[in-house]
Amino acid sequence: MVSPKKLSLTLLASLLVFVLILSACTSSKNNDSNSSPTSEPSNSPTSSSSPSASATSDNNLAADQVFRLNLHSEPPTLDPGMAQDNVSGTVLNAIMEGLTTVDENGKVGSGMAKEWKISDDSLTYTFTLRDDIKWNTGEPVTAHDFEFSWKRVLDPAKQTPAPYAYQLYYLKNAEGYNTKKITDVNQVGVKAQDDKTLVVTLAQPTAYFLTLCSFYTYYPVNKAVVEKNPDFDKEASTMTTNGPFLLAEWKHNESITLKRNPDYYGANEVKLNEVRLSMVNDANTEISMYDTNELDWAGRPVGTIPTDMIPSLKANPEANLQIKGIASTYYYLFNLTKPPFNNKKIRQAFAMAVNRQALIDNVTHGEQKPAFGFVPYGINGADKQFREEVQDNYFTEDLEKAKQLLAEGMAEAKLTKLPKFELIHNENEGHKKIATAIADMWKKNLGVDVTVQSQEWGVFLTNRTNKNYQIARAGWGADYNDPNTFLDMFMTGGGNNDAGYANPEYDKLIKEAGSTIDQKVRMQALANAEKMLIDDMAILPLYYYTGIWMQKPYVKNVFIDYSGEIHFNKGYIEAH
Amino acid sequence: MVRYITVKLLYMLFTLFILATATFFLMKVIPGNPFLGEKKLPTQIYNNIMEKYGFDQPLYKQYLKYMNNLIHFDLGTSMKSTHLTVNKIIHSSFSNSAKLGIAAIIVSIIAGIGLGIISALYHGKVIDHFTSILAVIGVSIPSFVIGPLLQYFLGVKLGWFHVAGLKGPLDYIMPTITLSALPIAFIARLTRSNMIEVMNAEFIKTAKSKGLAKSFIIYHHALRNAILPVVTYLGPMTANIITGSVVVEAIFGIAGLGKYFIDSVTNRDYTLIMGVTLFYAAILMIMRFCTDVAYVFVDPRIKLSGREGNA
Repeated sequence: MVSPKKLSLTLLASLLVFVLILSACTSSKNNDSNSSPTSEPSNSPTSSSSPSASATSDNNLAADQVFRLNLHSEPPTLDPGMAQDNVSGTVLNAIMEGLTTVDENGKVGSGMAKEWKISDDSLTYTFTLRDDIKWNTGEPVTAHDFEFSWKRVLDPAKQTPAPYAYQLYYLKNAEGYNTKKITDVNQVGVKAQDDKTLVVTLAQPTAYFLTLCSFYTYYPVNKAVVEKNPDFDKEASTMTTNGPFLLAEWKHNESITLKRNPDYYGANEVKLNEVRLSMVNDANTEISMYDTNELDWAGRPVGTIPTDMIPSLKANPEANLQIKGIASTYYYLFNLTKPPFNNKKIRQAFAMAVNRQALIDNVTHGEQKPAFGFVPYGINGADKQFREEVQDNYFTEDLEKAKQLLAEGMAEAKLTKLPKFELIHNENEGHKKIATAIADMWKKNLGVDVTVQSQEWGVFLTNRTNKNYQIARAGWGADYNDPNTFLDMFMTGGGNNDAGYANPEYDKLIKEAGSTIDQKVRMQALANAEKMLIDDMAILPLYYYTGIWMQKPYVKNVFIDYSGEIHFNKGYIEAH
Repeated sequence: MVRYITVKLLYMLFTLFILATATFFLMKVIPGNPFLGEKKLPTQIYNNIMEKYGFDQPLYKQYLKYMNNLIHFDLGTSMKSTHLTVNKIIHSSFSNSAKLGIAAIIVSIIAGIGLGIISALYHGKVIDHFTSILAVIGVSIPSFVIGPLLQYFLGVKLGWFHVAGLKGPLDYIMPTITLSALPIAFIARLTRSNMIEVMNAEFIKTAKSKGLAKSFIIYHHALRNAILPVVTYLGPMTANIITGSVVVEAIFGIAGLGKYFIDSVTNRDYTLIMGVTLFYAAILMIMRFCTDVAYVFVDPRIKLSGREGNA
């Protein structure tokens, strides 16, 4: 009875091995044989196939202007006032538009507003709207729509309160109204003077306010539609949009189709006729779909390329893998409120005993940059990028010094041996590999034992919030393009200050940066704050993220911005 | 029969009630809530939201409110996708899972019983060994291996099928194979062993000696008896397959119910957790009930009476 079973198992095993070998062979063979012409620049005179010829050189446009992107999942909402995630954001950025727009380099340009005046005290912004702006229903977009939309987001009695309402706290009395300290909505600093003029009053000078106006929480909704139907965001047919694309079809949990909006004021710059967004959650399936030309893009912003696939994709020119720094930082939190990590020297020892470049080369594979500060690349400083103006040479990796600091720290804390402690991370293959590698470095370099524990997302967040941890994984991305979006979170008692950092000097610097719009003064204060944070080693910075994606070589003018979001509004498909 | 059905239905409702109660309190016990994220909400906004959803109320009040809605067949709105009601999510995703599931069940039954009969009839011959190997492969290779292998060879390399989605009838082929591999193998083995046993039974020998045609014996005498355990297996299997497979749906990008069994918990989407749990339980119980009824037709000796509650 046993032997036939054994036999079939052996057969099965050899079959599997055979299949694997076979697959390895075919994949390497196909790289040369199956090659479609990659990035052929001169695709001679086929301009007749592009009917929508405009001022720009269109003779390279493919006849079929369709861009296919995978969204991974159903957008949690398409109500711009309720959105707080990048799946929703990816769709909203195409179908709606705020007062301003931001280009690839983070420069602010006009959007629904054609111009604006800023008062001398930097507190009052007067926006003048364009004349040729319309809702998908054909009615004009007015300043009243903006006033209505912003107040709606702030309304504490809203049907479902808006989670991102705090993005509007820059307006005068906005926070008070949203937190029910002020009941009179008319005190909120936004007022439509007439159909075309919107006057905005801020609580305090905000250097990046114009950038904020391009963010989806600041998008308008059609007052007439929303007042009549508060559930307008349930289906494509009832949506209100004012952007370059129309929401043509929305099959929940399956797909979304966007169509070019001919009534958009900048319609002649919009080349794509259609954008097809699928909702396939599996990362490997997404890559297969990209391989079989069912997608034009894979990976960032909503997807991820599995780390173990990056090296082989990099080696394969057909895949056209792209890597670009994005404004996010990967770091570990120390619990500053409990021993042993309430001791600064012990923290410094741990931070210095990590080889960041080795981690990037051997584990994450994504050409990330080692982080010795907290503000990532891509964030604007006074003139250039903050990270170029302020070097993050706050400390160096130094094993000897680390050992010495650990010994000193333990003596200060009257410890002869470090107590057993845990490094927690949320369940994810990538995070696990990183944590294991780092625990290994600490073991080897400092001789300390760390238990790595993977926790389910909700459990992990609850533990971190309740400071029920010793070291915990964390990541932070920019809400807006300014170092403040990173540094203000570690103010004493801040909602996201899971480290428990409390330093009145630090708070003072952040407040100082918030009290002026003189960029030189602000950046100096923020740089000082960052130095203080890292000198205290309140957190353990590991690396600055990169966005990793594949795009077909014929996809042009579609870009990933500083924060890692995708912009395809002005993209086009080159003849191929 | 009527009495049996009535008792069964009451029993099902009671089970659902117990299940709803247990799930409700269990999901409230696990740490976290739907509004947690890497970036935390300001306390006041968080409190406003909790208040709107009634989460600031004592647990028993929340429970009573939920049960009241449940009696009116209102499963509420998803907390992650606030524009979708749980009823709508289940309705649309179940239709996808069920379409694929029914295809897989039909394939499983036909191929499984067919292979089982063949190998039983050729017991010990080459063909029997061959189907045994197939069955071992089917049982031992998990769907997360079969799926990507099919996808890679038939989809990416040969380009015969779409890698993902259910847009056309051809798109059903790869997920159906993946989904039915295990049940085919299982049913084949079950049928085979029962068939071999039955074929050696006295009454078959009698039938043979009476000179009846072999095909007649197999169909009218052997198969009817051999298939009984298969029917037992079919009930829970059907419930499992038509409510969607997490793995197969993920691999082939199918908008089915399967992923919500995991996603709803990860997101702490309370209303959706309750919805999919109760829905799955209801389907499972209905399928078991159908199995009981099916026995009567397969084996006339079995009678359904209200007195014995179990199958």
